[in-house]
Amino acid sequence: MYGVNVEVTPLPGIGVRKDFVLDSGRRVGVVTHRDGKIELIVSKSDDPDACLASLPLTSEEAGALANLLGAPQLVAQLTEEHRELPGINTRQLPIKGGSPYDGRTLGDTAMRTRTGASVVAVMRAGQVHPSPGPGFTFTEGDLLVAVGTSEGLESAAKILQHG
Amino acid sequence: MEHTALSLIELGAVFFVLGVLARFAGRIGLSPIPLYLLGGLAFGQGGLIPLGDISAFTDLASEIGVVLLLLTLGLEYSAAELFTGLRRSWMSGVLDIVLNAAPGVAVALLLGWGPIGAFVLGGVTYISSSGIIAKVLGDLGRLGNRETPVVLSILVFEDLVMALYLPILTTILGGISFLGGLEAVGISLGVITVVMVVALKYGRYVSAIVDSQDREVFLLKVFGAALLVAGVASAMQVSAAVGAFLLGIAISGSTAVNATRLLEPLRDLFAAVFFVVFGLNTDPRAIPPVLLWAVVLAVASTATKLGTGWWAARRAGIGRLGQARTGAALVARGEFSIIIAGFAVSAGAVEGELAALAATYVLLMAVLGPIAARVVEPVARALQRGPGFPRAAPAES
Repeated sequence: MYGVNVEVTPLPGIGVRKDFVLDSGRRVGVVTHRDGKIELIVSKSDDPDACLASLPLTSEEAGALANLLGAPQLVAQLTEEHRELPGINTRQLPIKGGSPYDGRTLGDTAMRTRTGASVVAVMRAGQVHPSPGPGFTFTEGDLLVAVGTSEGLESAAKILQHG
Repeated sequence: MEHTALSLIELGAVFFVLGVLARFAGRIGLSPIPLYLLGGLAFGQGGLIPLGDISAFTDLASEIGVVLLLLTLGLEYSAAELFTGLRRSWMSGVLDIVLNAAPGVAVALLLGWGPIGAFVLGGVTYISSSGIIAKVLGDLGRLGNRETPVVLSILVFEDLVMALYLPILTTILGGISFLGGLEAVGISLGVITVVMVVALKYGRYVSAIVDSQDREVFLLKVFGAALLVAGVASAMQVSAAVGAFLLGIAISGSTAVNATRLLEPLRDLFAAVFFVVFGLNTDPRAIPPVLLWAVVLAVASTATKLGTGWWAARRAGIGRLGQARTGAALVARGEFSIIIAGFAVSAGAVEGELAALAATYVLLMAVLGPIAARVVEPVARALQRGPGFPRAAPAES
């Protein structure tokens, strides 16, 4: 979050608005209600005071959106760090609905033994959980950031999907 | 028929009809308050269907309705929010008082209702309906708008003003001497200050007293505490409603959120009774003579709220459309105006016509408010495009 100035505005009786102005002049942010409900807001282009949309999100949806936005940054950063090491790749691996590891731990996957790839972080609801231990339990919607060879990562993706 | 059976049937019929009315209001996107009032007018004395004697229940229930309305209002705010709101918006708040009490005061004096009537009717036209407005802002997806904090902080200010106004009103209506009145105002000011400081510093202890994991225990404790505080406040001449409001402010954090969730259905039930009772006690035959005045008040006080919103939003650096939206959002009047008029009428200190005027006025404004909030944007845009209104630069502010 360099150079982004998030403005926090209390909305008495309702909650809090957190937003910032994009380069294009539009405002983007969220309204968090006191009871935890979240709305995504985007301002109009011709009237920056008003909102073009305010979309209510469930906590799962908000988490998924945060992962979509946050994970590529993390992957890009790690890829940059591993540039010196040829053959090492970074990839995001989702835990989809129906994955056999939904509700099971990282240890259960035996990922490192089977594929040589390591899970370096898990994105959940927009939050980064770095270096998860073998006891880390996955749930649907988690986004794993894994480092390894292309083949290793390929088989890791298959394991997470089919077991 | 046995007395109890008859009362149950009448009460049941009243609640059922209210349910149907509320559903209808929801369908057409209206606040149910005007329909409750109409329901009360229809049932009551001089109305279509005169009711038998259920007043023993409804009178107490409507008192509880006021207590719960104010308690849940207080629960919505934390003391810290109130202080920030007060600091940030006091200038707009004062302008709001001056502009919007004026139409009520003027009409009351013109009609010869004297200073007490003027004080009452000024309050009726001053206070916006935070219930209606919060719902409209949510429905129209305006919570993320830049002008919304301006609207909300004016509402916060108004609610705080009520905490001072209601005790003063109670005193004046009680016909206490000037000195006695001053004493009561002093007491209420003192109590309010103490409660605010306690809420700010020790709010979590107050929350801890009423909080419980068990829903039933929690509900009984909160409800009991509210009635206790309201009763004590009433005995101290501070007005029961204000006591409940202050208790609501002192309860904070997750306790407040949970309490709101539990109390909302109860509040809706008892508040509906309150609006009906106000309608019941108003003679519909008194409405035609005051109808014209109600329309005059409606037009004047719509204009003054628009002005207030325009000024407050302009100060906050909001663009032209936002200024118009702020004013229009504030137009709705509702529960508070009825509470004020209800106090005055039950104290018997004002003419019965005032109740009829207040009821008609709120009927108009509770319907007009949400409509104004909706149509202001297309209207303002059309005006902007018209001659003489240079189009606002898109990247203003």
